[in-house]
Amino acid sequence: MNIRRIALISVPYLWLLALFMVPFLIVFKISLSDIALAIPPYTPTLDISGGWTEVRSFFSQLDFENFEFLATDDLYWKSYLSSLKIAFISTFICLLVGFPIAYGMANAPKEWQPTLMLLVILPFWTSFLIRVYSLIGILSQEGMLNQFLMWIGLIGEPLTILNTNIAVYIGIVYTYCPFMILPIYATLIKLDGSLLEAAEDLGCSRTEAFWRITVPLSKAGIIAGCFLVFIPALGEFVIPSLLGGSDTLMIGKVLYEEFFANRDWPVAGAVAVILLLILIVPIVLYQRNEQKIMEAEK
Amino acid sequence: MPETAFEPWKDPSAKPLIQFRNVTKRFGDFVAIDDLSIDIFEKEFFALLGPSGCGKTTMMRMLAGFETPTSGTIMLDGKDISPIPPNKRSVNMMFQSYALFPHLTVYDNIAFGLKRSKMPKDEIDARVKEMLRLVQIEKFGNRKPEQISGGQRQRVALARALAKAPKLLLLDEPLSALDKKLRQETQFELMDIQEKTGTTFVVVTHDQEEAMTVASRVAVMDHGKLKQVDTPDQIYEAPNSTYVADFIGDVNIIEGHATTQGDTVAIAWAEGQPSIIGTPTRPGMAGKVSFAIRPEKVAISAEKPKDLNNVVQGKILDIAYLGNLSTYHVALPGGITIKAQTANSRRRARRPFTWDDEVWLSWTDTAGIVLDS
Repeated sequence: MNIRRIALISVPYLWLLALFMVPFLIVFKISLSDIALAIPPYTPTLDISGGWTEVRSFFSQLDFENFEFLATDDLYWKSYLSSLKIAFISTFICLLVGFPIAYGMANAPKEWQPTLMLLVILPFWTSFLIRVYSLIGILSQEGMLNQFLMWIGLIGEPLTILNTNIAVYIGIVYTYCPFMILPIYATLIKLDGSLLEAAEDLGCSRTEAFWRITVPLSKAGIIAGCFLVFIPALGEFVIPSLLGGSDTLMIGKVLYEEFFANRDWPVAGAVAVILLLILIVPIVLYQRNEQKIMEAEK
Repeated sequence: MPETAFEPWKDPSAKPLIQFRNVTKRFGDFVAIDDLSIDIFEKEFFALLGPSGCGKTTMMRMLAGFETPTSGTIMLDGKDISPIPPNKRSVNMMFQSYALFPHLTVYDNIAFGLKRSKMPKDEIDARVKEMLRLVQIEKFGNRKPEQISGGQRQRVALARALAKAPKLLLLDEPLSALDKKLRQETQFELMDIQEKTGTTFVVVTHDQEEAMTVASRVAVMDHGKLKQVDTPDQIYEAPNSTYVADFIGDVNIIEGHATTQGDTVAIAWAEGQPSIIGTPTRPGMAGKVSFAIRPEKVAISAEKPKDLNNVVQGKILDIAYLGNLSTYHVALPGGITIKAQTANSRRRARRPFTWDDEVWLSWTDTAGIVLDS
């Protein structure tokens, strides 16, 4: 009986160990190594056949040089900060755009709601990469947005949007908005309409009832949505490399370049480890929020 | 207790608190309220009673301000309230689902309306505590609604609706979520609270027992119209239609043909049977009528009773034993079944009648009601 229980409990832990802990330890080990012109492109590599002395010399060659390097070159901490800023602002814009959409969906006639839901998730039916490429077509100098704005006479000459941070914001907000809309919609749809009537009955105007009842009661959905946007946006690299300019600093892009362009796996490993440490904070907060929702629903 | 009976509806000089004047409400093609007029007076405990879909909830929502009449006017204190939004009306509502704010404590729920009214903080505190005391939940002020029982939630909802001391309190099926025993206790508490606060209560219910217990007057509704508005005893003893007689309590209805005989009417109801003698509800009643009589007003005996006009013989078909009462279903010649109810003052084993016994049913001339059909 006890063995069966332990076996059952160990399944998720083995899963985490094999698919999360082991790869992380490999990355962490690479981040402590030195760059080398070899395959794989770092040293030392462990050779157990050499016996105990070999293992000891392997560990003696590992050091924190790459982390020290990240601290000395301001490219890295600037990229981290810039990523945090872009992720933060994008999350905020997603909330501003997503909440009204979710609110509209939740208050739409019942028979429309499945259709609206489908429209929100419809973009996922196309490859993410293709959608970002199509944004290039829309945002470029000769793109549809500029042509439309010039046609209605709002601007005289085309705006430079592509290859700027604005394009990165547009890309992130467009891509991640569904992750904001869906959890908020899920909380709003459960909101009992009589609560708003009760608030009105007790002297609230419609707007006041919205701020005092609707917003606090959809708080869990708002928090979940914000994390679902913030966490992937922080490490995003496709959007800044395709839509951003040369001055767009994002850590995901830096990581990609270290790894593929410079083939400096140890530095790339160090960048990844730091990024993970930064992400652990919002991930833990997100988990706590989810737990709270589960408890509230019990 | 007031020395004279509380009957403002009989006083022509009394000013009604609420007046419905030819109010009609349509939802598309559906007529929810059909040209309805009624006066409700201050300090009344007024019950709107009817089956679901009869328009009682619509009436209440119009008073609260969540619906506006399609035509006609609703006056509160002599003023037309149609243009006033719900948050500006001195009317509060206790919702059927209670609609307690789940993110606020019991205390903050009750304080919610007061905080909106710019009342000073210490006064709010005093008022909330007074309300908690009134509904006897002082101990639960710091709990969230999910942490208290259904009966306690009902009290919080009542306290919250009463906190702003409204001129009119609306209660939508206030006790429907409680179990029977708690419901009966709470009915009396509700009456106590109504008397203590002197607030006018309008309660919507489909439970006739609840309406009869709590209300000073009951309005029986059907299809957007008022069938009868009267005190509970009048509704029960003197229903004005077979609908009302049938809706409130148990009743036997016998169709027949009436002819006037001096002060009484004789109703021919089956061939070869003596006519039923009844008291007419208006002079000169004749033609097709329905005779309605409550089961408890029909006496059942083994011997033929003397000195009574209305005596019929029948056979017991069924006996429903309810503990304190027994209801006998008696088949009369002509295929009609009549229910007769007696109190079980003796043990069940010593019950005088059993299935298939021939028994005599009898009632006095004034026991039933003759209604036009």
